[in-house]
Amino acid sequence: MGQLIALIQAAVVFGTVIMFGAVGEIVTEKAGNLNLGVPGIMYLGGICGLMGAFYYEMANPEPSAFMCILIAMLCAFLASMAGGLIFSFLTITLRANQNVTGLTLTIFAGGFANFFGGSLNKLAGGVGQINVAATSAAFRKTPAFFANMGDVGVLLSAFGFMVYLALIIAILMNWFLNKTSVGLNLRAVGESPATADAAGINVTRYKYLATCIGAGISGLGGLYYVMDYTKGTWDSDGGIERLGWLAVALVIFTTWKPKRSIWGSYLFGMLFWLYFYIPGLTRSSQEIFKMLPYLVTVIVLIVVSMRRSRDDQPPAHLGLPYFREER
Amino acid sequence: MSQLETNKAVQMVNITKTFGSLVANDKVCLDIHKGEILSLLGENGSGKTTLMNMLSGIYLPDSGQIFVDGKEVSIASPRDAFNLRIGMIHQHFKLVPVLTAAENIILGLNENRLVDLKTVAARVKEICDRYGFVVEPYKKVYDMSVSEKQTLEIVKVLYRGADILILDEPTAVLTPQETNMLFDVMRNMKADGKSIVIITHKLHEVMEISDRVAVLRKGHYIGDIATCDTNPQQLTDMMVGRAVSLNIDRPEPENIRECLVVKDLTVLDVDGVKKLDKVSFTAYGGEILGIAGISGSGQKELLEAIAGLQIVEPGSSMMYTAKESDKAVELAGCNSMDIKKMGVRSAFVPEDRLGMGLVGSMSIPDNMMLRTYGNGRSIFTDRKAPKGMAEKVVEELQVMTPGLSAPVRRMSGGNIQKVLVGREIAANPSLLMTAYAVRGLDINTSYTIYHLLNEQKKQGVAVMYVGEDLDVLLELCDRILVLCAGKVSGIVDGRTAKKEEVGLLMTHLGQEAEA
Repeated sequence: MGQLIALIQAAVVFGTVIMFGAVGEIVTEKAGNLNLGVPGIMYLGGICGLMGAFYYEMANPEPSAFMCILIAMLCAFLASMAGGLIFSFLTITLRANQNVTGLTLTIFAGGFANFFGGSLNKLAGGVGQINVAATSAAFRKTPAFFANMGDVGVLLSAFGFMVYLALIIAILMNWFLNKTSVGLNLRAVGESPATADAAGINVTRYKYLATCIGAGISGLGGLYYVMDYTKGTWDSDGGIERLGWLAVALVIFTTWKPKRSIWGSYLFGMLFWLYFYIPGLTRSSQEIFKMLPYLVTVIVLIVVSMRRSRDDQPPAHLGLPYFREER
Repeated sequence: MSQLETNKAVQMVNITKTFGSLVANDKVCLDIHKGEILSLLGENGSGKTTLMNMLSGIYLPDSGQIFVDGKEVSIASPRDAFNLRIGMIHQHFKLVPVLTAAENIILGLNENRLVDLKTVAARVKEICDRYGFVVEPYKKVYDMSVSEKQTLEIVKVLYRGADILILDEPTAVLTPQETNMLFDVMRNMKADGKSIVIITHKLHEVMEISDRVAVLRKGHYIGDIATCDTNPQQLTDMMVGRAVSLNIDRPEPENIRECLVVKDLTVLDVDGVKKLDKVSFTAYGGEILGIAGISGSGQKELLEAIAGLQIVEPGSSMMYTAKESDKAVELAGCNSMDIKKMGVRSAFVPEDRLGMGLVGSMSIPDNMMLRTYGNGRSIFTDRKAPKGMAEKVVEELQVMTPGLSAPVRRMSGGNIQKVLVGREIAANPSLLMTAYAVRGLDINTSYTIYHLLNEQKKQGVAVMYVGEDLDVLLELCDRILVLCAGKVSGIVDGRTAKKEEVGLLMTHLGQEAEA
């Protein structure tokens, strides 16, 4: 039982990182933009949130928890949106190829983040790693109101607030896309921009906003990774990028539905950590188990393409540029 | 303001629109009166759709003025057009397939923060009852037939309160019965005081439905005329700019011989649904066999099965006899490669010109090579022969091209079709299959294509012509095979059959009447 709870907790923490990434990318892709820069955007969110917190803590010997969170979140969100803005400008306004732009963004932002991450480490005292203790603690503070619910309570209250925030965002986005007029318009933009345009929807504005806000949400995944998963430190080991690609896989796994990303991300987390709880694995056989989330994604793709349900398909205009006066 | 001007719903004055070096509209002036049905007539590329797109906010005019109800307006987006109560039903439907009818109707309106489909459904029903439509508000668009989609488009525009409706070639994909229903609805809307512009190049429809005709030619406004004062011949002359004979040649078939005997041909799609169900017929060399049917009745599968691109079910038989021999070979169960190796000379002009027929980004000579790439002996390609062939096709069929080396997609649809037909005919086929060979082509190019088909027929080729315009089928073809839901619902004589008779066969009503 204890082991199972530990596995679930590890899975939830892991899943929260990719849930942010995936929900943001779903919003982006619903507008027809295939942003493969998700890992890069998560890098941006992570490093910029860390930088904000680092300088705030340096300037204030006694940082307030609220300000720590506010500054880190704001820095992460704005930096990620800036990444989304670069992508939007290149692909929407200049109509550059989305795949190439997205991959380039990932490479660029990875370099950017590791460069500044290394610099921060140096600033923090050379050999040692930076540690934004106050901010990380604020992010990892667990809520108290599940306390008297026994085992379930222990399980529910083991996480920092961003785990619950991810859930709320996923549910909100699901509601937004399916129930609101603006969400309906957004889906139409991704399915058929010419139709949306003829219906009086400002396609360019929708694409820009969806891509930038989507990137902002994805970037929070990077922030959560840095503040909670690695407890306020910076590793140049590519961990964020690895999870970023899993977030992209999760988007496909959910067949572009935010609510499925909730259990999908936790499932990915369980599958990823499974090796830890299976006895007798060597370092190399562990890696085979780490492959499971990708394998599941492939299986989902096969099942979806065999069922060929029209409602489980990617947005029809995903990855294609739109130009009204094209003929 | 005079009485005459208050009667005008829209005035377009000196409208000019260019795309690069191409002048699509050159100082065009057009009036739309209140409560009339106006036909906008012109060949392909004459600028009809471009002109109407400027009224509906898709394009911005380079210069010129637009007046709505006597006031000068600027229409910069489709939203501006709605606000002026102008709505356009595009030739290629502007609908999102994965959404329901009601969702498509309220796209972009943002009437409420939250989507309230019940209220929408009630209002849709109101509109439907008023004009005699049927729309199921909760049906997904991907489950709809072409005519349902078109109805939905019209309701969508009416829902937005349009008083001026523009319909771009609305009948291109409808059966005669569906066309009649559409015309009834249009008359109802006219009686309700709405102005309707219908873009078309089917002359008999112009004569039937419209009050007035305006003609465009090569971007210029030629003039307008009351429908009751004109006739198809005069309209054609206005459209083309010179006298054109409207009659399609139909030489008597000579030296008929069996070319392709199809028996019990059955084809399933990937879901196991029968796309062709025991189709049997004979195509004779020296005649044109027309194939009619509502789109998606199995025309595509039939031609592809003969070309070896579909897997046919056991029991199907397709016996092919070449022009000069009397030995028959079985095509069923062979793929396109086998068929080519057996020396069968069948030519196929597919519906999807740039998808299956030609490679859009390659030049004309390179596209000519696609047919013969296997002929060379060395590892290097022989570019001379295809280049000569390309030059010959361009010269003989008067293909307008920016240059032999330019990618074919840069040419207009008509010229692309000429290149494709030219290549297929150059292979000296015994069997020539064409799918919607004149779709989207103007009258001049269409007649060139009809002429080419007749030439092949005279040379003893068995021509199969899948068409959608019944008037053309009845004028061009010697016999017409009618497909309905994958079955042959009848084979009629093109010289004696009536249009209504073919229309009934297309909708299966023929069989019910017999039964």
